[in-house]
Amino acid sequence: MQLTDKHHEYWSKNLKITSILLSIWFVATFVVGYFARELSFNFFGWPFSFYMAAQGSLVIYVVIIWYYARYMNALDVEYDVHEGEDD
Amino acid sequence: MFNSATQSEFARALKKSYTWYTGGFLAFVIILAIAEKMGLPRAYIGYAFLGATVLLYAGIGIMSRTSDAAEYYVAGRRVPALFNGMATGADWMSAASFIGMAGTLYLSGFNGLAFIMGWTGGYCLVALFLAPYLRKFGQFTIPDFLGARYGGNFPRFIGILAAILCSFTYVVAQVYGVGLITTRLLPGVAFETGIFIGLGGILVCSFLGGMRAVTWTQVAQYIILIVAYLIPCVWISVKHTNIPVPQLVYGSVLEKVTAREKQLIEDPKELEVRGIFKKNADDFDAKVKALPKSWEDGKADLQKKLDELKAGSAPAKDIEAVEKSIAAYPKSADAAKLAWNAAKAGNNGKAAPPLRHAEAFPGKDDAARDVSRRNFLALVFCLMIGTAALPHILMRYYTTPSVKEARTSVFWSLFFIFLLYFSAPALAVLVKYDVYTLLVGSEFAKLPQWVTAWQSVDKSLLSLVDINKDGIVQLAEITIGGDIVVLATPEIAGLPYVISGLVAAGGLAAALSTADGLLLTIANALSHDLYYKMIDPNASTTRRVTISKVLLLVVALAAAYVAAQKPADILFLVSAAFSFAAAAFFPALVLGIFWKRANKWGACLGMIAGIGVTFYYMITTQPWLREIFFGTPRAVPAELWWGIQPISAGLWGVPLGFAVIIIVSLLTPAPDKDTQELVDHVRFPVIKGDTVNTTAT
Repeated sequence: MQLTDKHHEYWSKNLKITSILLSIWFVATFVVGYFARELSFNFFGWPFSFYMAAQGSLVIYVVIIWYYARYMNALDVEYDVHEGEDD
Repeated sequence: MFNSATQSEFARALKKSYTWYTGGFLAFVIILAIAEKMGLPRAYIGYAFLGATVLLYAGIGIMSRTSDAAEYYVAGRRVPALFNGMATGADWMSAASFIGMAGTLYLSGFNGLAFIMGWTGGYCLVALFLAPYLRKFGQFTIPDFLGARYGGNFPRFIGILAAILCSFTYVVAQVYGVGLITTRLLPGVAFETGIFIGLGGILVCSFLGGMRAVTWTQVAQYIILIVAYLIPCVWISVKHTNIPVPQLVYGSVLEKVTAREKQLIEDPKELEVRGIFKKNADDFDAKVKALPKSWEDGKADLQKKLDELKAGSAPAKDIEAVEKSIAAYPKSADAAKLAWNAAKAGNNGKAAPPLRHAEAFPGKDDAARDVSRRNFLALVFCLMIGTAALPHILMRYYTTPSVKEARTSVFWSLFFIFLLYFSAPALAVLVKYDVYTLLVGSEFAKLPQWVTAWQSVDKSLLSLVDINKDGIVQLAEITIGGDIVVLATPEIAGLPYVISGLVAAGGLAAALSTADGLLLTIANALSHDLYYKMIDPNASTTRRVTISKVLLLVVALAAAYVAAQKPADILFLVSAAFSFAAAAFFPALVLGIFWKRANKWGACLGMIAGIGVTFYYMITTQPWLREIFFGTPRAVPAELWWGIQPISAGLWGVPLGFAVIIIVSLLTPAPDKDTQELVDHVRFPVIKGDTVNTTAT
């Protein structure tokens, strides 16, 4: 099995999107979490940090996973490493 | 329905079946509701729910029976992303999520949100680091991956031990939950009997059809549990806000709760009640300090009182009461110390002002708030990493037809989990609003019907005592157990009893589905990894599957036996499972995929070091475990590292695991070429000319 340059490019693109999404995950979870007391301004009735911990971060997580699946599934096709249908 | 020709036909057939099923289930609930209106007794509604759902799961189990290895271990690898998402949701959400979560949020406010974030955010790690790669690897279990990637039985063996350690503690808690719910649906049945009835429900499906049966049952269970959770939640929202989307509008209710808290903290009547509790606590404190004399005095006083009553020919009722107090009196000065210290702590707890629900990291000063914040973040970290390392969840991503579907399936998993988790905080706030505004301030003579009903069911769930004898309910006079929040919501919202039955059926579905997944993980670790891969690699498929089934039965009975002992700190054990899974699996799995240089010795020592330090921290800091291992009395304060609670012991295990794997791998030779090719193989969904084939059949 020989990996081509295209394969390496695919993998580095994967690493790139993974680290970007991971940073968003980290900020939404730990940075916002760390400053929860400071970020308690009113946000549609909720204190902002309460809203983030109860809903906002969850929405972000769902979107991260949705985007990753969409991006990678397209990348598979672009770099011709995708699986056939129905196998 | 489970044998269609192509994948897309199969997905269509599934959608059709489950749509019919959902409609049928709703019709069943409506028919029961009409029957209730016409006078069907409550007990029968309980029987109907228990009987119908368990029969349904059994039916699916029988329809999906199999002795084919790929069907038994990974449901034939043809579960479409959407359905695998639902199955993962049911697999994931246990009795603790369904019944306990909203209660935890009610009792601990903002700090309880660590569970909400931790148990959802972990799926980002599953999606980004594990699911697609494990799917490409395509074998049956997580120890399979460790064995193949790190070459040899030793890493596999550590994986087996770790998988059993975290899954078994977890499954005991599920079986315990099944026992509780069964006794609620069938009043008059003993807890132990409840456990075994529930166990029947678990076994009929996993025993006959392994992963295949468990998958299709879990989808059915997810539908029941989400319907059961959302109906009461929507109803109570309509009651308080007139809007049926509680998740969007409870912000305004939270504002009202916060305003009400402010009133209740300063209310003179509340202060009076809290003052009485404080005085009681001080009295117990004085008695503890005066031991052993206070114990002797107390005993003599009671005896004297009894003699006087008997001499004065007092009514038999009074004499009986004093005799009861004597029977309940601590048997020795040591026993008195324990009992009185507990009573002191209990009274002190009730003397504290109510918690501010929305306040992040409450504490008496900056130092205390800092410790609270540190523990919050540490718990979120451990729960997230643990989520991304629990074998019974990761195993589910072996069952999709392709890498592409595995990625999409993580999205559906989190989406279905999200539906419940973003409702739980709303439910907690709505119930709190109800209790704070409607129950507090009402008259003891005219308590709402749900309060009197639940008080008679179980005092630890709800009890009201008029401490200051003013005939009005004060917040400090209410003792509330977390589980009541979900269990009593239908009645608080004024829904018919049939919805209470539905909630119990939902809780049962949550507990059964998780228990199924866990039992399968343990049985597979033993039969597939230990027996087939390590002891007898020539065993035939039928033999492997048969052994797995027998082991499933043995493990289930062992779990039932442990659960019947009602182990004390069961919730701690569940959370501990997350720290163990995080420390044992996460570093080895992630580095195995993302770092080709990681080798056998690095992985083995890293896993051992991770589990080791996690275990060490727990047994030296958790009062109950410390007592078992070292005989240290529980009252002795623990030496915490950096103030971190034992529940988050994985905070030390995970980084240590990573560090050890990296250092040891760099000090020992790089893995061979085959292993490096294996890593490339799992990184790409398809590589032309790839000769590696790891898919097990």
